Amino acid sequence: MAETTLSRVNGTPEAVSGERRTTQAFKESLIAGGLAFLLSFPLLTHRTVQQAEGLVLEPRWLWGVIAAVVVFAGRLLLHFLVWDRQVVRAPVAPRLWQGLAAKPAPLSVWVGPLLLGLALIFPFLPFVDRRIMDLAILVLTYVMLGWGLNIVVGLAGLLDLGYVAFYAVGAYSFALLAQYFDLGFWVCLPLAGILAAFWGILLGFPVLRLRGDYLAIVTLAFGEIIRVVLLNWYSFTNGPDGISGIPKPSFFGLEFKRFGDNTFAGFFGIEYSTLHRFIYLYYIILALALLTNYVTIRLRRLPIGRAWEALREDEVACRSLGINITNTKLTAFAIGAMFGGFAGSFFATRQGFISPESFTFLESAIILAIVVLGGMGSQIGVAVAAFVMIGGGELLFREFAQYRMLVFGLAMVAIMVWRPRGLVGTRKATIAVGERKAIGGDLVGEGHG
Amino acid sequence: MEYFAQQLINGLTLGSIYGLIAIGYTMVYGIIGMINFAHGDIFMVGSFIALIAIIAIGLSAATPFFLMVLALLLVLAIAMVLTSAWGWTVERLAYRPLRGSFRLAPLITAIGMSIVLQNFVQIAQGARVKPLQPIVTGSYILMEKDGFVVSLSNIQIIIIVTTVGLMAVFSLIIARTPLGRAQRACEQDRVMASLVGVNVDRTISLTFVMGAALAAVAGLMYLLYYGVIDFYIGFVAGIKAFTAAVLGGIGSLPGAMLGGLVIGLIETFWSAYFTIEYKDVAAFSLLAVVLIFLPEGLLGKPEVEKV
Repeated sequence: MAETTLSRVNGTPEAVSGERRTTQAFKESLIAGGLAFLLSFPLLTHRTVQQAEGLVLEPRWLWGVIAAVVVFAGRLLLHFLVWDRQVVRAPVAPRLWQGLAAKPAPLSVWVGPLLLGLALIFPFLPFVDRRIMDLAILVLTYVMLGWGLNIVVGLAGLLDLGYVAFYAVGAYSFALLAQYFDLGFWVCLPLAGILAAFWGILLGFPVLRLRGDYLAIVTLAFGEIIRVVLLNWYSFTNGPDGISGIPKPSFFGLEFKRFGDNTFAGFFGIEYSTLHRFIYLYYIILALALLTNYVTIRLRRLPIGRAWEALREDEVACRSLGINITNTKLTAFAIGAMFGGFAGSFFATRQGFISPESFTFLESAIILAIVVLGGMGSQIGVAVAAFVMIGGGELLFREFAQYRMLVFGLAMVAIMVWRPRGLVGTRKATIAVGERKAIGGDLVGEGHG
Repeated sequence: MEYFAQQLINGLTLGSIYGLIAIGYTMVYGIIGMINFAHGDIFMVGSFIALIAIIAIGLSAATPFFLMVLALLLVLAIAMVLTSAWGWTVERLAYRPLRGSFRLAPLITAIGMSIVLQNFVQIAQGARVKPLQPIVTGSYILMEKDGFVVSLSNIQIIIIVTTVGLMAVFSLIIARTPLGRAQRACEQDRVMASLVGVNVDRTISLTFVMGAALAAVAGLMYLLYYGVIDFYIGFVAGIKAFTAAVLGGIGSLPGAMLGGLVIGLIETFWSAYFTIEYKDVAAFSLLAVVLIFLPEGLLGKPEVEKV
């Protein structure tokens, strides 16, 4: 069946007989299964257990067998369900995707407002409870972080692996300002953004000359330096114990408490519910995320946004046209960092407690994965990727928390291998002479200066 | 002076371990121009395999000398072979399908693979640290003055000698064998190399296998030297080894070794004379400074800017 379609579409004699293909698929899957067994030995098949007399081994051959069988079956299924079909569909598929990519406008015209409307009425949907609300807030935080990093990575093409540093700066700015000067959330929010932007410039300055992956490693190093300093500067940041008792945001001075004078519930004469505070937090992060999105969209139309995109396309050409590379790069770092700082201070107020443990490299990797898997520069793509990676992870793997990151890593690899252009396809350059090139990850990190 | 001499010995030992890991980074970067982010975690996997092999063989400090040498060589062989299989698989799954794709793609899959390896080992072996009783004991006293003893332990000798030996072997492989010639050809021009009959995919795979085997050696040495490992050791050691590779000039084998020694010495002296808490900051700052002011490294060739 498959091969008749193949020969019809391709007209090539490449079609192999079905039987041979099946044998080959079996053979390959067997090899893969055998390799999986080899790899699971001895890491999976022998667990080291701490006993009184020292470490002892606990053989678990079954685990190795399970791993081998899973890999064998998975590979076989991939053969029959995915790879065979891909061959058949190959000539058709690009046209299909081109069709989607050629009309990004109609898609975003109705998908954007639809998602926005859904997000606006989300807290009042009947099935929403505290847990879902909490998850929605988490997802939106990552959407905002993704959009913030998107300015640096997607627009300016600077690969930043230390974005979590600015998230940390924002969170610690708010926590420390609240602790030492007794300031509230709304005063600290802009201050945290300004401080994060300042750090963005400070860290951006030394890396102006660096190429793609060197830039990535140095930003990673900066992120780690900030975390180690937060961890060890005990007298100022309370070290690994973190800062607790960070104030909650108030609604024009009304607090979300059950008792007291100025309570939200008391002022509006409604019954107190813990959900109120979550709904309020939800709208704050939604507003912050939308602000990030709006600013990004507007900036793309300003000279600085054009300069970013030009920089991403070709740094040398950009410089020869008289664009100030230093300023262009630094503004990208600063504005991206500012939104990271906003998100950080929101994170601090939501948790009520922060410690350096929340700002590891893994967070940077997750945020970057969201941006890249979202399709590099596509605003809706980033939102979808955040929803899939964070929301999907939380919903599916709540029971198996320890497997969550394993699957997350595998998903990162799988999506990158199968859809290197991201989940939602591509975005075109905002302005172009002649043909508009699709924007993809290939433009990032290719600064030649 | 005695304190300095002792720190020098410690630093050289640590530097040897970093150098072994750094070779894996530098070879892969030299040949396909990507940072193999998962290499630090391959080192961690090698360390765990060595740990399991040591327990399975029942090696302890009480083992007679001759048997211990044999057993350690066996552990080394097991760790090298099994870790190489991991290195090969990572390349096959995460990097080969993306060859010819844009530059960022393999970096993303490398980060994904790093997450996968860490969490796999965490699930399979537990998150707790794994302490191992010292196996290679004993030391020589080099100097003694005012009650301060400068000693060189047997394990330090083993680490330094093994590193120097492997360094020589691998330099010979690169310089003299057909495989090494193929690797150098791929490094210069992959398309051209494939035109003249070099099997590029196989060469790259073997590069990963060699890097992973050296990482396994480093893993065993780390385990024997520190006696404690956990699933997270690969991350920091990986970044430091990468720093070493860059510092020495990426793509250069002696450079990686030199860089490793410099990083090991800086870290040890920083811990000894300043603060131990900020030793990672010292290494990371050095990375930034080197990349900004000396991007071609100590022994590397300056890169010509092409438009």
